[in-house]
Amino acid sequence: MVPGKGIIGLKYLSRKEIEQIIETAFSMRDVSRRSVKKVPTLRGKTVVNLFFEASTRTKTSFEIAAKRLSADVVNFSYTSSSISKGETTIDTAKNIEAMHPAVFIIRHSSSGVMELLSRHLKTPIISAGDGTNEHPTQGMLDIMTIMDEKKRIDDLKIVIAGDIYHSRVARSDIYGMTKLGARVYFFSPPTLITDDFATLGASITYDAKDAFTDADVIIMLRIQLERQATGLFPSTREYSRIFGLNAQRLKLARPDVIVMHPGPVNRGLELSSSVADDADHSRILKQVENGVSIRMSAIYHTIGEEHGYTDN
Amino acid sequence: MKNIIMDATAIERALKRIAHEIIEKHASVPIYLIGIRTGGVFLAKRLSEYIRSYGQIPVLNGTLDITLYRDDVAMRTGRAIVKATEIKFPVGESYIVLVDDVLFTGRTIRAAMDAVIDLGRPQVIQLAVLIDRGHRELPIKADYIGKNVPTSADDQIKVVLRESGSSDDAVYLIRKGDL
Amino acid sequence: MDILIINGLLIDPAQDMEQTDALLIEGDTIQGIIDQKDYTIKGDRALVNSHPDRVFMIIDASGKWVVPGLMDMHTHLRDPGYEYKEDIVTGTRAAMTGGFTSVCAMPNTRPVNDNKSVTRYMISKANDCGYTNLYPIASITKALEGSELSEIYDLVDEGAVAVSDDGMPVSSAGLFRKALLYVKPLGIPVIDHPEELLLSKSGYMNEGIVSVRLGLNGIPQTAESVAVARDILIAGETNSRLHIAHISTRYSIELVRWAKKRGIPVTCEVTPHHFSLNDEAVEGYNTNAKVNPPLRSESDRQAVLEAIADGTVDCIVTDHAPHSYDEKEIEFDKALNGISGLETSLGLSLKLFHDKIISRKRLVQMMSSRPYEILNIKDKGSLKTGADADITIIDPGEKWTVDKNMFVSKGRNTPFHGMELKGRAVMTILGGKIHGSART
Repeated sequence: MVPGKGIIGLKYLSRKEIEQIIETAFSMRDVSRRSVKKVPTLRGKTVVNLFFEASTRTKTSFEIAAKRLSADVVNFSYTSSSISKGETTIDTAKNIEAMHPAVFIIRHSSSGVMELLSRHLKTPIISAGDGTNEHPTQGMLDIMTIMDEKKRIDDLKIVIAGDIYHSRVARSDIYGMTKLGARVYFFSPPTLITDDFATLGASITYDAKDAFTDADVIIMLRIQLERQATGLFPSTREYSRIFGLNAQRLKLARPDVIVMHPGPVNRGLELSSSVADDADHSRILKQVENGVSIRMSAIYHTIGEEHGYTDN
Repeated sequence: MKNIIMDATAIERALKRIAHEIIEKHASVPIYLIGIRTGGVFLAKRLSEYIRSYGQIPVLNGTLDITLYRDDVAMRTGRAIVKATEIKFPVGESYIVLVDDVLFTGRTIRAAMDAVIDLGRPQVIQLAVLIDRGHRELPIKADYIGKNVPTSADDQIKVVLRESGSSDDAVYLIRKGDL
Repeated sequence: MDILIINGLLIDPAQDMEQTDALLIEGDTIQGIIDQKDYTIKGDRALVNSHPDRVFMIIDASGKWVVPGLMDMHTHLRDPGYEYKEDIVTGTRAAMTGGFTSVCAMPNTRPVNDNKSVTRYMISKANDCGYTNLYPIASITKALEGSELSEIYDLVDEGAVAVSDDGMPVSSAGLFRKALLYVKPLGIPVIDHPEELLLSKSGYMNEGIVSVRLGLNGIPQTAESVAVARDILIAGETNSRLHIAHISTRYSIELVRWAKKRGIPVTCEVTPHHFSLNDEAVEGYNTNAKVNPPLRSESDRQAVLEAIADGTVDCIVTDHAPHSYDEKEIEFDKALNGISGLETSLGLSLKLFHDKIISRKRLVQMMSSRPYEILNIKDKGSLKTGADADITIIDPGEKWTVDKNMFVSKGRNTPFHGMELKGRAVMTILGGKIHGSART
């Protein structure tokens, strides 16, 4: 991991580090599943949720994760911040750092802001998503969900479908999954990907049959409706017909295929309701559960890293 | 140099004695033996086998990872992976024996009791250890002890078991000056 | 002052000359080359046979190049209006340090240089400083808004040498065509910032493998090349002079090559950053490598180098664009475009010579004689007898390390910090006045 700097992108983590975070996440999930959903690990530590971009889901997931580790959580979102007063992102973060948080959870609309802030802060950062760059905890929770279901990830056919170009989820997924040996396919309208994405280690296809046939895992990305206005696709109707996933297409995949989605789902657009609600295949809510576990693990691994200690 | 303070025979004898004591003292069945990762896990398994063969009474095994309950997380080196806690039985109203290899400051046991209590409200928690080396920092004492070993605070006790890959069981005392 | 520069390698592309000889300067004018038998040295002074009544100061340029003063026809001096980034004092002094005796200042100041009072202000302030000549470039359209033409005749009368809406392309093909027609009688070029905003506006760096990896929206190469094609065709139709700024893509270069072959009056320039770096310099979200047009792929960079070698490229310019620390140490998408280039340009360009891509003479042509020609500036860019005594003396072999903290410019925004370069200017002479460059 980037030393002392937390988890800002799967592009920086080794295979072993990703595996360690996921292994710990499974133990964290056991905590979430019992009646006392709290361990005292981070008693007295302050976790700051610093969200420059609105996201109730991710913020809530991190907040629950931190609280289950007994940390104190402070939420700071841009609407109530001094950003409107013209303060820079760096100054905002440094001001909060002066109050001694143990870790920052940061979401921001600018790609690369984690690298920028890492240069200015001593406090470790966990990225909750930056621009169109990375969303590392989402990537790891996706991998965890696959490992949980398939007991492995190497050599699985994983299809990531949708707006690849603007997706930080797609990038974190492919960085992590290729490190763990998966075969990743990108399926997208040609306006929402470029040929250069193949250099990330994926095969690119524009054909639904090609994409979904024999898939072990299908990850449908959320389509931002505003992309239609900029001419990237003509209508939701056509998008859904050509690039969406429905029950019929799901039959192309392996019988034990699982379907995932980072949420929130546009029902009837990228994913038909029948697939989203198909208990045999849909693992969307499992992802949400695993999300808390991954974030508990990420916070735990980011905070507990100083000084030496020996047993006995 | 390392001094062997218990060899395989001595360890076997101590564990068998503890098994008998647990059978004598047990208040209800079944007996739940929870090994504390990592040293206590193999000892708990051995104890449960002895108890089953001597007492013909039901024994269930569990494994406890207390990493999340330690009070020294900020001092930890690296980032310890949190291993699974595997306790497949209801803890409430149960008769639990925690098993560890070495009892030292008592902090591990304090963490283990917190962890167990977060899973439910046991009727009784007892403690079995292979070695009690003194130097307690908390008001904790073991119910079953394989061997009391007077040590100085700087000494190390090392328990090696066949299950973790060594050729034979042994307990070593390593004096600071010997390192 | 009267000066005799001895032992230097005189390089003058205008005369196709490259020889070690003595160069005589009287007052503010070059008096030509003289033979060793025509002068005698007395201490640090020389007596010249043809001028028995005068004493000449000697500059010993052994091992150095003596070339016509370098000209940077594309800088942003930020004065008036953005003096916190740069002003004419620091900007022209940085230019002098970089070996230039002339610079052209782009009009995107505040107020915009779309009226003669701004033009006059720039020239007079630079003259007061005396570090370099300053030739303002006026805006094509009022306030760079792309809707109405500036009073270009007025501006040229006041000293503007070209017009450009640099940084803000003239999006309307109709208006751009009118500008080319309107300036024709003046003989000045229209300097084109070729960019199709509909293709570039949502991007922050070159579209390619690196933008994919960094998750930054890309600017496709066509954003530049489409505009280059449009403007070349308009220049061809109007037969009016077009100078294409900071050309950076393979297709743009092929279009210029085609235009020149067809006899269309097109010239073009490249920047040291576009021929020295590719888009990998942006790795780590390095905002000091954020520039417009963006640093391109290695294939584009190679195309630029080929065009430099084969003569398609007319000149090298810095596109010096100083910014403050806070405008660069910020989110990548919010960081301003630009590189502070005046003090690294010569060192980076000399690498073209050291790497045997071009000759010394061609280098001097691209950095001195050719830009003066493009801008119709007489009596500069040559060592001919009667030319203005603007001279740059270059030590081509001196190794030095770029240190942004030592920049004279207020702009410390360089991606070249820490890079080792070979060769630099050791002295400039402006109108016969010696500027012992800060570096000697």
